[in-house]
Amino acid sequence: MRKYLLKRVFYMILTLFLVATITFFLMKLMPGTPYSNQQKMTAQQIQIMNEQYGLNKPMWLQYLIYLGGMLHGDFGVSFQFSNQPVSYLIASRIGASAQLGFQAMIFGVVLGIIIGAVAAVHRNTWVDTLCTILSIIGKSVPNFVLAVLLQFYIALKLGWFPIADWGGFSYTVLPTIALGVGPLAETARFIRTGMVDVLNSDYIELAKAKGLSRYGIVYHHALRNSLIPLVTLIGPYTVALMTGSMVIENIFSIPGIGEQFVKSILTNDYPTIMGVTMLFSAGLVAVILITDIIYGIIDPRIRLSGSGD
Amino acid sequence: MEEKIKLSPESFEALPKAEELDNEKIAAPSLTFVQDAWRRLKMNKGALISLFVIILMMVVAFGSTPFINHDSLVKSAPQYANLPAKIPGVPINGFNGKLKVSGEWVDEYKQNNVPSNKYFVLGTDYLGHSLAQRIIYGTKISLIVALVATFFDLTLGVAYGITSGWRGGRVDNIMQRIIEVISSIPSLVIVVLMLVVLKPGMTSIIAAIAISSWTTMARMIRAETLQLKSQEYVLAARTLGETPWKIAWKHLVPNLSSIIIIQTMYTIPTAIFFEAFLSFIGIGISSPQTSLGVLLNDGQKNFQFLPYQMWYPAIVLCILMIAFNLLGDGLRDAFDPKTRR
Amino acid sequence: MAERILDVKNLKIDFHTYAGAVKAIRDVSFHLDKGETLAIVGESGSGKSVTTKSLMGLLANNAEVTGGSIMFHDQDILKKSEKEMQNIRGKDIAMIFQDPMTSLDPTMRIGQQIAEPLIKHKHVDKKKAWSQALELMKLVGITDAEERIKNYPHQFSGGQRQRIVIAIALVCYPEILIADEPTTALDVTIQAQILELMKELQEKIETSIIFITHDLGVVAGMADRVAVMYAGQIVEYGTVDEIFFNPQHPYTWGLLNSMPTLSSTKLEAIPGTPPDLLDPPKGDPFVARNPYAMKIDAEQRPPFFKVSETHYAATWLLHPDAPKVTPPDEIVRRRQTFKDIMAHKAI
Repeated sequence: MRKYLLKRVFYMILTLFLVATITFFLMKLMPGTPYSNQQKMTAQQIQIMNEQYGLNKPMWLQYLIYLGGMLHGDFGVSFQFSNQPVSYLIASRIGASAQLGFQAMIFGVVLGIIIGAVAAVHRNTWVDTLCTILSIIGKSVPNFVLAVLLQFYIALKLGWFPIADWGGFSYTVLPTIALGVGPLAETARFIRTGMVDVLNSDYIELAKAKGLSRYGIVYHHALRNSLIPLVTLIGPYTVALMTGSMVIENIFSIPGIGEQFVKSILTNDYPTIMGVTMLFSAGLVAVILITDIIYGIIDPRIRLSGSGD
Repeated sequence: MEEKIKLSPESFEALPKAEELDNEKIAAPSLTFVQDAWRRLKMNKGALISLFVIILMMVVAFGSTPFINHDSLVKSAPQYANLPAKIPGVPINGFNGKLKVSGEWVDEYKQNNVPSNKYFVLGTDYLGHSLAQRIIYGTKISLIVALVATFFDLTLGVAYGITSGWRGGRVDNIMQRIIEVISSIPSLVIVVLMLVVLKPGMTSIIAAIAISSWTTMARMIRAETLQLKSQEYVLAARTLGETPWKIAWKHLVPNLSSIIIIQTMYTIPTAIFFEAFLSFIGIGISSPQTSLGVLLNDGQKNFQFLPYQMWYPAIVLCILMIAFNLLGDGLRDAFDPKTRR
Repeated sequence: MAERILDVKNLKIDFHTYAGAVKAIRDVSFHLDKGETLAIVGESGSGKSVTTKSLMGLLANNAEVTGGSIMFHDQDILKKSEKEMQNIRGKDIAMIFQDPMTSLDPTMRIGQQIAEPLIKHKHVDKKKAWSQALELMKLVGITDAEERIKNYPHQFSGGQRQRIVIAIALVCYPEILIADEPTTALDVTIQAQILELMKELQEKIETSIIFITHDLGVVAGMADRVAVMYAGQIVEYGTVDEIFFNPQHPYTWGLLNSMPTLSSTKLEAIPGTPPDLLDPPKGDPFVARNPYAMKIDAEQRPPFFKVSETHYAATWLLHPDAPKVTPPDEIVRRRQTFKDIMAHKAI
């Protein structure tokens, strides 16, 4: 088990190193310079700026400086946002994104499990059909379209929630829904399929033969067995939430990482792009590792084979 | 019981011997794999309707090429800007050229002195282009992006998967490590980096989507190839000295076809989504170019006052996504009878 | 005479499918006495599993009981609500399934799986239920039961798992134990052990067993009485000696003939396939595969003819007007043995 973990951590570090390297050199290939008002600047000014940002040093030295800085959390200085350090920019914005992502994940997964389980228990009835239709729509309607519609009809027309910005909990409701619908639909489909399989299995037949009630069977046997594989979806959900945050935070003007990322891309602010890229990659790699470990803990079959390794 | 029975001596005569009994009589006519899958797909109404919708949208989108071209769509006609939908003979508010302005339905066509014989079925955008034409053109672009990206995803993913699974051993090990590393980079990051480095536009979007999405296909193909490799008929072909190319083409690809088809059906909507997503946040295709994402981006700006400009492309995009997802589910069920309950 | 605990009368069950109603069980009657073992024998699709599922009230959703009654003591099981059935299942009537590899919940500890029926039916607390589960694990022959009670199913072998499934079935000391092909999925050597265990436990906890199988070889050592099913009907039933050594129905002949014995030089298969139950034949369902078929077989379903007090067979060959036929050699040999057995019993 320990050997396996060490191997995984090694690959994690290798992945992050590769991402850092690729990002760095891609950014160097980028057309145009990072200064937004370059036309107005004299050659001398540009030279001073280059010196200030270390852009006049040889490429390999810049690369080493960049890697070295990254080791103690220094991602350089943003070109666009009043010369703030990238790490500070990220730190000041990560709270909103993390809260939003976490809420959306809980909202989607919990509601998805309920809908999927209800559909499976009532399979091949109108309840099942309704749940299937809803999850197909949830999977198919892009979250940014949903976000615009929610913002206009629920916030602007009905006035139930704030239209945009970031304040108390009420500000988070609509973005959470918009962001969480994708995971919700996916979870509902996943749980429904898995649970229908489980409900057709021999051990459910045996549980029925024991005289257990329908609730007892679903709660004690079916649900647990269909929930375990759901852990494997947490990784893909994290990706979906990162992607979604870019557009949802923009629509609702939430000061988060995603909104920052889009701004940086549009303004060629490459220290920030690299910083956020590293953050997203590190987040995903960590989530994948953690879910693998969790999976090993909650599934007795894997638990055994893992310790025998 | 006994009374009802009418027995005569002839009743006990031996029954003439029936024709030779078939020990393995098969009740249903035999079908090939594809026929069988098609038969099951036909029973799935949602998938069948989706297939029809997709074909219809493709025919309209690609068939429009001689009539709707890029040049006519970039020429602006400010005198027709922001007109709502008008379909002659349909006196329903919203389709008769009237628009709700501060609670009142106002005939925008009259207000702007549009000639009475001029009308736009889905209205116009802020530069006076026919929204219907732009949606059809945008659908075409979205479909092209999706199909080309999927084609690369298919060829690269399938070839990589077969090679990795077939060669096995160290080659497989290395190839799998590479995939592992690539797939732990968020695809969004890859796409964004590609777009930042290349010039935003169709080519970069296609390249970005293709590069970031092939790993899933490669993984599935590899797993299946590993299984097929140990099947007797493949072993037989190897023992008979068939070349690896021939085995791959004759035995592997046909057996992998169902996975390939199903996976493609899921890659296409993902690609359509990504294109719309990137164009929507402004780093993909951008105005005056047209795609569904661009139309949504344009429409969103005026949503409060001209909701139709976003609704129509949004509806088309959603229908496209739903149709591909439903067809994908249908194909999965049709090819894999085990999942049907 | 032993107490009769189960009496199935004229049971009819249809399955509704896209192709139409499949008449899976067509007028089946049998009974079960206290402490005895009844074997129901037939090829796959003959309706033996459906019959037992109806005893448990566990028929699939598309199944419909169209007639008959299942009297358990003095109550009709078919008239019970789902709630009432839950109180009978696992407590009065329990079941062992075919495949021990898939019939245990992979994510629940063995102890809990055995204890579950006790908690449900006897309302004991978890601790007490586990200690009873432990006793039962010892009873079914699991070594190191104290250690293994906390294990998960994948940590047991197939034979051990079937022992656990038996323990689950017996934990409430049911009156009737239904065993649906309990040894089919096991190795031959393990099969014998499991059968031995079942016989042993039957004596200890005084249960009646309905034993479903397609394997006549297993029946010989297990059963007191045998019912032979074909195409949703019982075609012959009697004591195990009567069925094995004095069979009357041509289908039973075919079954016995296709069973390997020490003296047989060649195995005889029964030609053809069972009839389509979407549209069952109006006469004897075996007519198409019966080398001794008569015209009447195609026209009318034969009633049960009495062979002895305990032995009945539904074949027109037993009608007084029917011509005498000579059964296959193997059956003739067996009938010779039967005479010896009867003679032995008479002394």
